[in-house]
Order: sequence, then structure tokens, then C-alpha cells
Amino acid sequence: MKAEAGSTLVLNGIRAGYGDFQALFDVGLRVSPGEAVGVVGPNGAGKTTLLRVISGMVRPKAGTARFGEVDIAATPSHELPAHGIAHVPENRRLFPHLTVEENLKVGAFIPSARKRFAERAEYVFNLFPKMAQRRHQLAGTMSGGEQQMCAIGRALMCNPRILLLDEPSAGLAPLVVAQVFELVKRIREEGLTVLIVEQNVAQVLRVVDRAYVLDAGRVVAEGAAATLAADPAIRNSYLGGH
Amino acid sequence: MMGVALALAVALAVVPLLGTPDYFLHLGITSMLVALAGTGWAMMGRFGLVSLGHGAFIGTAAYVMALLWNEAGLSPWLGLPIGVAAAMVLAALLRYPCFRLRVIGHYFALVTLAAGEIVRLMIVALRDYTGGSLGMTPRLAPDNAFAAMQFSKAGFWWMALLVWVFGIVVWWWLDRSMSSKALAAINEDQDAAASIGIHVTSEKLRVTVISAGVAALGGALGAQYRLYLNPESLAGIGLSLQIVFGAIAGGMYSLLGPTIGAVFTIALEESLRVAFGTAFIGAAPLVYGVLLVLFILFLPRGIAGFFEKRR
Amino acid sequence: MDPFLLEAILNGILLGGVFALPVLGCNLVFGVVDVVWLCYAELVMVGMYAVWFLHTQQGWPLMMAFAAALPVVAVLGVALHLCVVRPLLGAPPINQLLATGGVLFILQGGAMLVFGTDFRSLGVEMPPMEWGDVFISGTKLAAFCAALVGAGALWAFLKFTYIGIAIRAIARDREVMPLMGVDPRRVYLVASAVGGALAGLAACLLVVQLDVHPFIGLSFGPITFMICVMGGLGNMPGGFLAAFLMGVIVSTGGFWWNTEMSYVIAFAVFIVVIFARPQGLFSR
Repeated sequence: MKAEAGSTLVLNGIRAGYGDFQALFDVGLRVSPGEAVGVVGPNGAGKTTLLRVISGMVRPKAGTARFGEVDIAATPSHELPAHGIAHVPENRRLFPHLTVEENLKVGAFIPSARKRFAERAEYVFNLFPKMAQRRHQLAGTMSGGEQQMCAIGRALMCNPRILLLDEPSAGLAPLVVAQVFELVKRIREEGLTVLIVEQNVAQVLRVVDRAYVLDAGRVVAEGAAATLAADPAIRNSYLGGH
Repeated sequence: MMGVALALAVALAVVPLLGTPDYFLHLGITSMLVALAGTGWAMMGRFGLVSLGHGAFIGTAAYVMALLWNEAGLSPWLGLPIGVAAAMVLAALLRYPCFRLRVIGHYFALVTLAAGEIVRLMIVALRDYTGGSLGMTPRLAPDNAFAAMQFSKAGFWWMALLVWVFGIVVWWWLDRSMSSKALAAINEDQDAAASIGIHVTSEKLRVTVISAGVAALGGALGAQYRLYLNPESLAGIGLSLQIVFGAIAGGMYSLLGPTIGAVFTIALEESLRVAFGTAFIGAAPLVYGVLLVLFILFLPRGIAGFFEKRR
Repeated sequence: MDPFLLEAILNGILLGGVFALPVLGCNLVFGVVDVVWLCYAELVMVGMYAVWFLHTQQGWPLMMAFAAALPVVAVLGVALHLCVVRPLLGAPPINQLLATGGVLFILQGGAMLVFGTDFRSLGVEMPPMEWGDVFISGTKLAAFCAALVGAGALWAFLKFTYIGIAIRAIARDREVMPLMGVDPRRVYLVASAVGGALAGLAACLLVVQLDVHPFIGLSFGPITFMICVMGGLGNMPGGFLAAFLMGVIVSTGGFWWNTEMSYVIAFAVFIVVIFARPQGLFSR
């Protein structure tokens, strides 16, 4: 049962963690179709855990997570891409020993994506022209920025309804970071819903409509991006240096 | 546990004096020697150093002992310690590079398998001395029985009991020593252990050499008792895996576990032999195999572990 | 060059081709599932018995018997995974290893019960082929070619099919697979089936050269593992090359000494290699 094109992501009262360690306390958020939402906060705030809950890599101990009609916590994680959830993990996690094209093929594993592989591949290569040249190059030999593009491209292969991006700027030079966010903007313009988790607050607030601030596993602030960017408290706590 | 073991030892010491039939003495001797081998193996196994080639040590010790007797007339009383020492040296030679080079886990297990195979193949290859796959027998010397270590059943019983107690004591001593804690830490996380000052390589080497020696003692003595050596049954994979199976079935984490395992496997073998005779050859390994799988699936800590948990 | 030595080398290469299949299968399963099937050689044995039984006892044409062996052992591989490996995936790796060791006994015992301990021969022989001064066994050559075809098919499977690419991917990063809609359990099953099928193919090649008996696994099992480790556990191209290397070593060793010594040398080479390069000769 595929989620409708206009599905909303809703999280409520999520508690989650690893073993005895609890990373998220009573977290709730909402992403409406077509929106771009950011989640910012310091290191260790639980941002990555949050995305993992949404993509099924981590099961919440309490709370609900729904994407449209789909109960995320009750669905096996490998079935979620078919429902339209694509997650670009932290550190990209490409398969370095496979070529760019093979990485994309893994991204297109689900039957519906396989059928339209050529079409989707073309779309991705249009978004990242440089990647088309590197089609048969081993993913591990590419630069950090190119790998990030490839990872995003791989996630796009399954024609998702919502794209989860985990720290896309991590480990990248500022110029490259700007390129990545430029890309995210373009993807947004095509109507894709995006949820970005980022430490680089300044960059992400320029790209998203709304944002949540996560600190020590709790949502401490939320609002329109412009509002948050202008808020002196936020600026002091989280924008320092950026 | 140690108390139980000692009480058991005392009880066992009396057995031959009660006029027990030879058949049971035979089973008992075999059990104790297999238990010894298993106890030796478990010294390493319980710390994650799973050796699938302990046959290498058993084969080495047995053949060295037998060859020294047959070729050089050296009494097994000397040959046995020399054989065991040879096995321990072999263990050190093989394992030192392993541990220095961080060969662990699957690689380690497979390297030990190779070691067992090499010893077996060498025994077969040197067939002019060892009789190859047909095996060899120590020269019989009925008029010099004691020096030749060719006793009556009762004599072997006490011999076996003695070494079994020795093995148990070594296990117990090892368990109570700092090495045991060190090895447990190494098993958990080798790098963390090294960072707090544990000498990983020497600890591993120590336990390996002791383990090899104890197992070799049991195996070589077994060969002497049976007065028959055969590369397959002393150094083959079959034997190595059987030792492992016995130790696991009985419980390799406890003092008497491998002993229980040895009794269990021998009882199993005997009952299968009595029940089926030669009619269903293959039933024994089949049942072994099924039990091994079942034990690992459901009772990974073995029989002893099962009882200990309930205590 | 001395024609006998050349013959030994050539036969060694042919032998390597036959080692290569079980090595590939073992590496495949290890790379994907992270378990060494200690009983791999016994799976090959089952395949050999299957071919022997179907051809000599049931009168099937040889090619049909060959064709049947692959699915039989593939199914066995899947059963092995489902019954023994999968339940132990969370347990210490040693348990998984030992459990497959238990299956080794089960298969040996089973073979003894069903077929007895006699050596069973397929009764098929191709004449040796002459090439200059050198004699090459016709059966070995045919087996070698079939092994190459099998390896080639495996390569194509892993390179061009979606599931094949997923298999190569999962070997490096298990955790992210579900993010792309790949169910790791399915990949494990496919890898187990392919591993079994490769054993079945190896069986076809071996049964024309060797008589099958319940303990035949012990004669090539350990060597298979040694080659796998030498090439780097889980490294398929490495194992493939190492197989040929070992084949030549064994064959030329047999030329200079006797067969047993050649295996001793092979194992000794293995130990030396492992100490020189603990990750295997060809690790990436």
C-alpha cells in the first residue's frame, strides 16, 4: 500500500535509544507534503537517531510515527522505501567497491524502481551532470562532494515521496557544501518533501521552510526558518562560528 | 565445583579395587582420558580461542612417544613428557605468529584446522617410520611392562585418574589466576585489553601452550593405552571436532563440563554401538552431528552450564 | 622444460580450476552471511552422491543427473541457512562455525547410513589428451572448462543482476541495505542457494574424477578453506587466483615428492602466507 503523494510525516511522543541509552525523549514533529523541514542542534542531540526512527533503522520504544497511512514503527524497515521514504545516511554510506551506476542500481532495488531504472537514472544524471561522466567509476574513488551527490542520487532512484538527509554537509569543504544545498533546493523545487538534519545551521535555514531545534533528545524550539535565523538566542547557542 | 571433583576423584580411585569388570574399567579409562583432552581444549575454547586442530598436538605427542620407544627404546615414562613437550613447542611455534599478527576468529579457527591437517599429513607422509595410514603399534614388552607403560587395566585406571585430576587442577588453577581475567578481557575486546596493559600475545600464548600440553597428555596416553596409533584417529579433523563437541556438550565454561561431555559422548557412542552394532554404521556421527547442532542452538553452555544456571 | 614438469603444472592449473568452485562458493557465503560453512565439502559430497545415484542407480542420462545436482545442493544450502545458520546469527561467530561442523557429521553419518562406506565410482572416463609430449587428462580438462564456465556465470550474476549487486553490496555494509528496500534475509537466502549450487557444480566436476565415499569431504575440505583464507576470506577474485596457485603447488609438489608431501607443502605454504600476510594474499 503505497503512501499517497500528499502524505504527511507525523511523529508524536517518540522515545528511542540504543540499549539502555535513551537518545530521544518525547519528540514530535510534522512534515507536510512539499515542505522542506530542518532539524538542527548540537552534536549528540539525537538528530541522527531521529532520522533512523523514521527510516526504520531504529525502533521507537514509545510514541507513534506515521507517514500518511503507514505506521512506520510497525513496518519492516526494508518495506519503507516502497512506501516512499528514502534516507541518505550519515557519512553517505556508499558502496565504495561498486561503481556509481551499481550504487544507483542498489538504490533502485525495489520492483517499482527497477522497472523505471533508465528513466530514474536519467533524472539523477540530469541533476548531477558530473556523475554521468563517472558512471562506471568506483564510488570510493570519488571526492567527498561527489560521493554526497551520488548518495543523494541513490536515494532518489526509488522515486521517494520524502527524502531524509542526514548531515549532508559533514566533512565537506564550504564550496562543496554550498553546491550540495543548491542541489537540495533544486530537488525541493521539483516538489519533493525533504527533511534535513544538519549541524551547519546557517546553510540549512536558508534552504528549509521550517525547522526544529533538537537538544539532548528534546525539541527545544520550532518555527519558520527565517524566524529562527533571526532569533538571538538560537543564534548564540547554535549559530556560533557558522 | 572443585570439591565435587576431588570427592569424585577419591571415589574413582577405589573403583578398580572393587573388582569392577574390565569393560567398565575400559570405558572409565577412555572417559577420563577424553575428558582430559577436552578439559585442555576448553582452557582455550572458553576464551574464544577455538582450535579446530587440537589433533595436531595429540598426534605429535603420541607419535613422538611411540617412535622414541620403538626406535630408540626410550621408556614412555620419558617419552610421554618429551612428546607432550614437543606438542607444547609446536603450539608455541604455530600460535605465536598467529597472536602476534592478530589472527583471530574465523581465520584462527581455520589456521588451527590447517595445523591439524599438516600434522596428520606429515605422519602419513613419513610412512616408513610411522606406518602411514595403516597406523603403528608400540612394541610390546610383557616382561618389562612397567617401564614400557603397558599396565593392566587397573594400572591404567590409576594412571588415567592421576592425569585427569592433574588436568582438572590445572584448569582450576588457571581459572583462579589473573590470566583468566585477562583472557576474558581479551576475548571481549582485544584492543581495550591491550590498552590497559595486558600482554595480549603472551597471555594467549601461555594458555595455548598449556591447553596443548594437557590435551596432548590425554591423547598420547590414550594411544599408549590402546597400543595403537593411527594418524586419522589421533590428528584428524574427526578427532579434533569430537573433542570440541564433547567439551561443548558438557559445557566448556565450567570445571567439570568437559568431563561430563566426555562421559556423555562415550556413553552415547557405546549405546549406539550396543543398539545398532555394525548394522547402522553412520548412525553415530549422525546423532553426534544432530546433538552438536541442537546443543549449540539451545544449550550453548552445555549440560554443566544448564545446571549451573539453575543453581 | 621437462615435459613431465610441464604436465604437472598444466594439471595443476586444471586442478586449480576444480578447487576454484568450492572456494568461490565458500567465499560467497562468508562474504554475505559472515559464516564459514565448515561442512561445505560435505555439501559437495551430497551432490556427488546425487549424481552417482541418479546416473548409475536410476539410469538417468549423465547430463540430466548433473543438472539435477545443482538444485539439490542449492536447496540443501538454503536448508542449512534456515535451520542452522539463521538462528545463530546473533550468537558468537564460533558457535556458527561449530554448528556447521555439526552438520558435517550429520552429512557424513547420513551418507554412511544411506550409501555405506564403499567407494562409489561413476564409471565415466575420458581418454587422456596428448599435446606435444604432454598428457593431459581429458576428464580434468572438461572439468576445468566447466569450472570456468561456472565461475563466469557467477561473475555475470554478481555483476549484472540486481540481487547480485545487492550481494556484493551487503558484504561491505549490511546496515544500510534496508534503506534501499533490500531485505538482508532474502539476500542471505539467495547467497546460500548460490553457494549450494556452486557446491553442486563442483560435485559434477569431481564425481567424474574421484570415487565418492562418506569421508571424501575430508580430502578437499581443509584445502578449500586454506585457499579461501589465503586469498582473503570473502575475497572472491583472491580466492579464485589462490585456487590456481594451490593447484599448481600441489601438482608440482606431487611431481617432486609424493602426493602426501605435496599437500604438506601446500599447507605449509598456507601457514607461511598467512603469517606473512594475515589478511590473505590478495586482500584489497
